[in-house]
Amino acid sequence: MSAHAATAHTAHTAHEHHETGFVRTYIFSTDHKMIARQFLFLGLFMMILGGLLALIVRWQLAWPETAIPGMGRILRETGGILEPSTYNMAFTMHATIMIFFVIMPILAGAFGNFCIPLMIGARDMAFPFLNMLSFWTTFTAGLIMLSGFFVEGGHAAAGWTSYAPLSAVAQYTGVNWGQNLWCISLFVMGVGSMMGSINYITTIVNMRAPGMHLFRMPLVVWSLFITAILLLLALPVLTSAVAMLLFDRTLGTSWFAPSGGGEPLLWQHLFWYFGHPEVYILILPAMGIASEILPVFARKPIFGYHAMAFSMIAIAFLSWVVYGHHMFVSGMSPALGMAFTVTTMIIAVPSAIKTFNWLGTLWGGRIQFTVPMLNAIAFVSMFVIGGLSGIFMASTPVDIYIQDTYFIVAHIHYVVFGGSIFGAFAAIYYWFPKMFGRMTNGVLGHLHFWGTFIFFNATFFPMHIIGVGGQMRRIYNPMQYEFLQHQQHWNVFITYSALLLGVSQIPFVINFFWSLFAGPKAPLNPWNANTLEWTAPSPPPHLNWGDRIPTVYRGPYEYSDPDAREDFLPQNQPPVGAGARRH
Amino acid sequence: MTPALQAPPRPPAERRTNGRLPPAPPDFGDDGDGEGEHGPRRGLDNLRLAVLFFMGAEAMFFGALISALLVLRLGMAAWPPPLEPRLPIAVTGLNTLVLLASSVTLVTAGRARRRGEPARHVRWLWGTAALGALFLAVQGYEWIRLIGFGLTLASGVYGTTFFALIGLHGLHVLAALVWLLVTTALVARGRFGEGRSAPVQACAMFWHFVVGVWPVLYFTVYLI
Ligand code: HEM
Ligand SMILES: [Cu+2]
Repeated sequence: MSAHAATAHTAHTAHEHHETGFVRTYIFSTDHKMIARQFLFLGLFMMILGGLLALIVRWQLAWPETAIPGMGRILRETGGILEPSTYNMAFTMHATIMIFFVIMPILAGAFGNFCIPLMIGARDMAFPFLNMLSFWTTFTAGLIMLSGFFVEGGHAAAGWTSYAPLSAVAQYTGVNWGQNLWCISLFVMGVGSMMGSINYITTIVNMRAPGMHLFRMPLVVWSLFITAILLLLALPVLTSAVAMLLFDRTLGTSWFAPSGGGEPLLWQHLFWYFGHPEVYILILPAMGIASEILPVFARKPIFGYHAMAFSMIAIAFLSWVVYGHHMFVSGMSPALGMAFTVTTMIIAVPSAIKTFNWLGTLWGGRIQFTVPMLNAIAFVSMFVIGGLSGIFMASTPVDIYIQDTYFIVAHIHYVVFGGSIFGAFAAIYYWFPKMFGRMTNGVLGHLHFWGTFIFFNATFFPMHIIGVGGQMRRIYNPMQYEFLQHQQHWNVFITYSALLLGVSQIPFVINFFWSLFAGPKAPLNPWNANTLEWTAPSPPPHLNWGDRIPTVYRGPYEYSDPDAREDFLPQNQPPVGAGARRH
Repeated sequence: MTPALQAPPRPPAERRTNGRLPPAPPDFGDDGDGEGEHGPRRGLDNLRLAVLFFMGAEAMFFGALISALLVLRLGMAAWPPPLEPRLPIAVTGLNTLVLLASSVTLVTAGRARRRGEPARHVRWLWGTAALGALFLAVQGYEWIRLIGFGLTLASGVYGTTFFALIGLHGLHVLAALVWLLVTTALVARGRFGEGRSAPVQACAMFWHFVVGVWPVLYFTVYLI
């Protein structure tokens, strides 16, 4: 398609918007791109909240029981000092919000919605109305989750894992409706994500453009496909578990409370049976995003396309049989522990395959260090560190000592922040031109990236050290323990870094909103990329393409083909000799 | 394969040439005739595919509940716990046959539809719904008796697991019944005629699923 035709289409986008009213276009829209933007805004808003909660937690750990600047108005009774109960609430809600309302909405919600139809050449999702319903269900779940901050007794405070019996009996934490709302919110979120995942899978199976074979799909679509399958099958387990917990708390059932014959360990089994696939739900889309961005800015085909797809499939299968590694010390027969050690080690293999393939993609490439590329490279390198600490913890003899310490907090953050969040930033910078029709600012982007990268490492790397030094996770005041006092300077260092990590997000916010309204207009294909979304106008109109959807003739990563005129070959470019068939 | 949803209308030629966007297709579903915008297609239409995946999610949902039941009962010295009322195995066994029969009538209905006998089709659909309703009524009656004997959600693990598993299944039967009644009413009005039967088949898939889960629950909750 020529650039001329594209500008013609952009002009028509404006017409389209007048045809449907404001509410149908911006609020109750069934257009997958608008729903993607809604998910993105939901996730970014929640990220601010989750980030502030983390900073509160960090303040308490560095300068225990001192007044937190600015919190005097909120924590009036204590004059801004965090009490143990509020501290528990803060870390519980930090993790809950980040996992369920930041990473999932941004990676699976926003980029799932944006990329799938555009990159497989569909005009919309298979069920546009269901898609809209899925967003508003998730949104409602978010509101329910936030309402928990305002109820008597405070919000849930039993950790994001909400282990029973702590979470099952209101007297143990003093939290009553907070924990109930936590359950209800996650239940509703589970329903919303099920609608979304069914839609994604159906769309990918049935709505691909002519010529878009499964093995011509961009890897990000593969990753979202597998994520959707994991979501479909894992979330119902969480949904039933939170329903059981809620019934225990409100209707007097006895699933988890031993007094009526219940079994607290049952919660851990159900939670982690969901929980381990969940961590792959968080990371797989980021893996796909990196696989998309690295070839574009290395101007090279992805190394091992099929290996990339099959390793994701392998991860999807294996993620069901490793969950026991979260329960090594919960009371498990050593033989079973051994089995889970082995399966966990095995699941590291496909992850390693992917890592080597990313490195192979970069090797010898003409690398352009754009902002999306930097974030994607950060993803790869941080994921390596997180994956390696995972292997430490996978062996029981090591894990018995480091479980429930800051070592695991470091692991979590290297995979979910270093992995998923850098992946999300990479995706935002990469697709912003297509999503909003404007380019982002490079200087602010670099500022944001380097600040985030440096202070991310300064924040989370020392956690390995204090973790091995014995600092437990989820403790209120490390200074209460004599054996931890000598490493308190690390806690202070970490908190300073965390504050600066927060400050580093300011350029991002400015960049995002400034570019949204005043950024330079984006061309059709600013990165000279091959995939189909770059053949639609920026931003794509309702139904994405003009009169005809593109036909696919080749794989998504044909860069620097020596026989081609340019260093990229879009997927819809017919092979030489088939030119007559082009429209 | 029977053709399924309506084909999106091709935009009229004059609107295609002047660069305007085509009007929104009413439905992005498969047209089944192999000539949609996406080219020839094999396999299921969108709706039935979605119901299939939904069944996968539901299977995990019931799977979690059944494994919870097994974990809990393996932790108990005696099952059922002493002093708890016994479950009505015989009556429920007969009721199981009622529910299984509803699947048979549904298959019969499908056969009538394919042979092009709409009246018979509708009649067998009503029959299926009636069997489902009978199943629910018997279940409800037995529940009331059990509650009378002191077995409730809050009376310990036995009551908790019984009412949760059987109750959730009951809710599923109820939902499937509502769906089936609506579908049947629409079929009776001739809504899903020749080549447009995917919604009927999707409903049937869910019905068979709900029926299929029941023997597993009967075995794990009542028999062992
Ligand atoms: C090479 C791959 C990985 C291995 C071998 C691995 C291994 C482990 C192990 C053994 C634990 C339990 C530690 C303990 O409780 O003592 C753990 C915890 C955890 N992992 Fe991983 N992991 C890997 C990748 C990931 C990824 C990709 C994510 C997320 C995107 C992730 C997120 C988490 C989280 C959130 C926890 C902590 C859960 C909690 O207790 O709150 N991991 N990991
Ligand atoms: Cu895990």
